[in-house]
Amino acid sequence: MSDTEIADIEAVPIRRSTRWHIAVFLAPAFLVYTAVMILPLIETLRLSLFNTVEGQLAFVGLGNFKVLFSDPRLSADFWNALGNNVIFFIIHMLVQNPVGIAIAAMLSLPGLRFAAFYRSAIFVPTLLSFVIVGFIWKLILSPIWGIAPGLMDLVGLKSFFAPWLGKPDTALITVSLISVWQYVGIPMMLIYAALLNIPDEVLEAAECDGITGWSQFWKIKLPLILPSIGIVSVLTFVGNFNAFDLIYTVQGALAGPNGSTDILGTLLYRTFFGFQNQMGDRSMGATIAAVMFLIILAGVSLYLFVIQRRMRRYQF
Amino acid sequence: MSKARSAPLRTALIHLALIAYTIVALFPVFLTLVNSFKSRNAIFREPMALPTPSTFSLVGYETVLQQGDFLGYFQNSLIVTVASIALVLLFGAMAAFALSEYRFRGNTLLGLYLALGIMIPIRLGTVAILQGMVAAGLVNTLTSLILVYTAQGLPLAIFILSEFMRTVSDDLKNAGRIDGLSEYSIFFRLVLPLVRPAMATVAVFTMIPIWNDLWFPLILAPGESTKTVTLGAQMFIGQFVTNWNAVLSALSLAILPVMVLYVIFSRQLIRGITSGAVK
Repeated sequence: MSDTEIADIEAVPIRRSTRWHIAVFLAPAFLVYTAVMILPLIETLRLSLFNTVEGQLAFVGLGNFKVLFSDPRLSADFWNALGNNVIFFIIHMLVQNPVGIAIAAMLSLPGLRFAAFYRSAIFVPTLLSFVIVGFIWKLILSPIWGIAPGLMDLVGLKSFFAPWLGKPDTALITVSLISVWQYVGIPMMLIYAALLNIPDEVLEAAECDGITGWSQFWKIKLPLILPSIGIVSVLTFVGNFNAFDLIYTVQGALAGPNGSTDILGTLLYRTFFGFQNQMGDRSMGATIAAVMFLIILAGVSLYLFVIQRRMRRYQF
Repeated sequence: MSKARSAPLRTALIHLALIAYTIVALFPVFLTLVNSFKSRNAIFREPMALPTPSTFSLVGYETVLQQGDFLGYFQNSLIVTVASIALVLLFGAMAAFALSEYRFRGNTLLGLYLALGIMIPIRLGTVAILQGMVAAGLVNTLTSLILVYTAQGLPLAIFILSEFMRTVSDDLKNAGRIDGLSEYSIFFRLVLPLVRPAMATVAVFTMIPIWNDLWFPLILAPGESTKTVTLGAQMFIGQFVTNWNAVLSALSLAILPVMVLYVIFSRQLIRGITSGAVK
């Protein structure tokens, strides 16, 4: 195989007996990446098949998963967290990405003034840490400070105000919207880049055919940026099913009120690390991490092997 | 290029929408910064007002600087972030060079292996990472954080940098070889200076998640002497929940370095994204 490669490539460096420099170039990255990322990941997956039986670590096969899915105490928490995580993801897909696309579409209009300013300003929340974002919104929504009710009073909606973060039926939506507020910058930037890459000739041709404004966006631009929307969606998926920091900051490790904002990340933290009177459980922690791994793997594979393959790409 | 020949009304509506969203994005940050300079009474009575001479107060900042070791936290964050970025850039560029320059058996496979980490978050291995760090005696050290963040940053860095290294001209490298340069000098003296813009982009992308991370400091290095700013602010605010001056000041202090970096690097960051570095 390597012979044929040499035959048709002219710029191949002269072959020496052993090219040690290749190994030297690759070794540091390979070693750190393998030792700190891949091996722990494999070890975590392996640990999920073990549990402490009579004080000894013993192989239990899929026993941990069975406990996680059906044990009356743990499974309730798990299904609650999974359900909340799905809602968390759906809200991001329904709010974050359309808003990001809309802003990008407006920003990319030719001749728009102050576009660079809007773009930089709207990206600011994305750079802030969850801790900052979480606490700022906690303060704003706090009934004690009265910023949110005060603002709603200005538009005559004061009676609709409620301590959203404190009520079980609105807390999850509120936290999701805070996260959306923070991350709108990412779809905005990626879609903006994709829109800028559409050649002017295509848009000019559309204009010659009388397709402008709204219909130009729906009929010409949107199909062309679908691959970028796909990437944004899979990034959102991975980020959401791996989320932890914001909920931990805003609602604490118990993800209150009454577990209504618990997602897989906070459940993993509590199970693995222990919290208050709950003891940390390494095996069950590894099991939850393994489930999260499988969910993310399934989502990424679905994207890579099904969605991306079917997507039509246009080459200019 | 089609000039804006659309109706002025449409342009006005677009500006209105963008201004509205800009206010939504910046208002909370503005509110925090402004109120951190006011006295406690003024924070509650006139939350929207700018600080005036009669309401101006630095009592929050005084509490923060007396009670929390924020300078120490800053130092920790800085050490971790700078060391991780340096390692990611050096190791990432070396690996990217090997993958893009040489043909050897397993090249594609190795590239795919190293790219896995772009999609699979390192957090999922936390259980075993903690176990390993305990065994290596690295818990509550900055080294553990640097190792984890280096591993976390490498996949994307290698991916982006090898794309850029493919664009470096072969003639240049071959000329170097004819002049008797070793492969190492070709990499360090010819290729690295040429991919500097891409390195800056990678540095910015690597920096933001490291600086903002709460998960690994919480699990691997929660000790007082190794707290990062993010974790320090989290714990400080948790303790001082009812002291609004202190909370707002701590938040402002945590926002500040990110904003300074953004102002310095925003052009680099935006150019990096829009030129297709992360597509």
